[in-house]
Amino acid sequence: MAVLANRDTRVICQGLTGRAATYHVGRMIAYGTRLVAGVTPGRGGQRHLDVPVFDTVAEAAAETGATASLVFVPPANAADAMIEAIDAGIELVVCVTERVPVMDMIRVRQKLAGSRTRLVGPNSQGVLVPGETQLGVMATINARRGPVGIASRSASLTSEVVAQTTAAGLGQSTTIGVGGDPVHGIGLAESVRLFLDDPATEGIILIGEIGGNDEEEAAALIKRLAPDKPIVALVVGRHAPAQQRMGHAGALVAGQAGSAEAKMEALREAGVLIAPRADLVGMTMRQALVG
Amino acid sequence: MNLHEFQAKELLAQFGVPIPRGRIAASPAEAASVARRLGFAQCVVKAQVNAGDRAANGGIRFASSVDEAGRMAAELIGSPLVTAQTGPAGKLVRWVYVEEAVAFKRELYVAVVVDRTAGALVLVTRDRDAGPDAGMTTRLELSEAGVRGDFEKAAAAFRLEPSLTSLLAKRMSQIAQAAVALDAMLVEISPLVLTHSGEFIALDAKMSADHNALFRHPDLIGLREVSEAEDGDPIALAADLHQINYMRLDGDIGLVVNGAGLALATLDLLHAAGGRPANFMDIRTTASTLDIAYAFELIAANPRVGAVLVNVHGGGMQRCDTIADGIGIAVRRRACPAPIVVRLAGNNAEFAASRFRSYGVPVIETADMWEAANTAVQLATRKAA
Repeated sequence: MAVLANRDTRVICQGLTGRAATYHVGRMIAYGTRLVAGVTPGRGGQRHLDVPVFDTVAEAAAETGATASLVFVPPANAADAMIEAIDAGIELVVCVTERVPVMDMIRVRQKLAGSRTRLVGPNSQGVLVPGETQLGVMATINARRGPVGIASRSASLTSEVVAQTTAAGLGQSTTIGVGGDPVHGIGLAESVRLFLDDPATEGIILIGEIGGNDEEEAAALIKRLAPDKPIVALVVGRHAPAQQRMGHAGALVAGQAGSAEAKMEALREAGVLIAPRADLVGMTMRQALVG
Repeated sequence: MNLHEFQAKELLAQFGVPIPRGRIAASPAEAASVARRLGFAQCVVKAQVNAGDRAANGGIRFASSVDEAGRMAAELIGSPLVTAQTGPAGKLVRWVYVEEAVAFKRELYVAVVVDRTAGALVLVTRDRDAGPDAGMTTRLELSEAGVRGDFEKAAAAFRLEPSLTSLLAKRMSQIAQAAVALDAMLVEISPLVLTHSGEFIALDAKMSADHNALFRHPDLIGLREVSEAEDGDPIALAADLHQINYMRLDGDIGLVVNGAGLALATLDLLHAAGGRPANFMDIRTTASTLDIAYAFELIAANPRVGAVLVNVHGGGMQRCDTIADGIGIAVRRRACPAPIVVRLAGNNAEFAASRFRSYGVPVIETADMWEAANTAVQLATRKAA
């Protein structure tokens, strides 16, 4: 068991024929991901990486029964690609594209509301179910199947914490990169909800950083649910260089500039264990799970 | 990317938002000439720095003659302006905006901003005389035509006569349309004033555009040259072109890190170990070996650096050996006088260690981040002693 995807998930890739996508999706196939089609407008009818290429997501989904899409489309067209996948009823959309304009993501969020789609990203390393499937660009060498669910705003720290939890003898059920952008798909709170419902996940690690409101939202949810599964959090950026402030609107809209301290305090108050240092996340979880 | 007041106003005017007549001036003589040419009886001389709270800190001056406009400009241009938003060193004033003085009977606050939590654009309005908590937030919807929202209701909250309410709603809508069309993360009009003749005029404007959307705004890229060349650190701006997020700090340990999250974690670890970073560095996944070499040379050239800490976790898109090669090239081009402590993990960590040997770069290898941070702190302390 895992969350969001598993070895049977039928995956398409939007932008499959691009150079970076070809490289990374090739790695995904080697890892075990069940890639069933690619989508590149104008390239319908061709084959690439040994799967058929379609002009549209709707055709690809209808022909192959795919339920997940990896969006590997350049920033200018990424939002349109996500919207196309949402319109086609794809259940899981993972967007790895970096530098998608915020206004485009607001458009995508409007489309997501009331749809059946869960979006991960953009600017996400993706979703990894160790030993089963990989939808993303993460390194997999240190990942092992195990009981820890990881949700993270940082790709580099996810790699780090995956290695730590494996070294601690634990392993991971699923890792979710919620992405580093201000407006994104599922956040830390929804990831917590998914992991709490997953029998294979015994403990949850949240990796947060300064800015935004993701950690506070997760803290509020955890406080309300008071779950039995141990939750460990790492929040980085306590010593980040001061950001230049511009105007007053940030202070008038909630959650624009959460400090690391405020986030840690909110999580601690909700019963989350705060990792004392970035190198001790795996050990903190080990102590909570194994003692 | 923050725009100057005069840039933001000119952009807003294109969407129909009224602004006072004014011109930019780079010298006292130019300022006086603007006041004379535009025939201002009374004018306002405004320091152009990207920071708020200018009025309370002497950055906005009233002049009642052409000569006085020149004198005010002379006092502002070439000096730093310090406000709560500039930091203690302030920001150097290079230009002033000379604008006609506008009499008004009421001051409003209108902003359009991205609400990260809601994942939406919101309109924030409030009476400037009311407290800072008295703001009203209206959620906006993007549409084919631009943006929709209940501007009438937001305007009605100010309890104006009906014709003024409609006009205010129209102005709010124009401000929101501008935000969407320009990919602005923030448009703040503080104040939007109601004049005695019954018009709403933007007396000030702050605008912050989305870096990631500049590809569809060639006009804004031009403004960026003006706005950031003077505001940003030239070293950081050059590093940005090399796919490196770099910021100078005042400590003595140079940092080489990939990924923003790991970079923030490294700052925290270094502080916990009692050290102080000489810089912030996040090598983006798009950085090539030569980009990394460029960034490493920035550190090697910094005389304050007593030790370099390389903390790399090779991921799927940026592997350890790419970074080792970059450092190798940099050290061949320019010797690094400080010891280099490395912590390599993840993709191609062992291969990267062999790359350091191939380049003949002496590095101190450590097993984990905490050991690496402590080793760097010890070496930097020893060097300083």
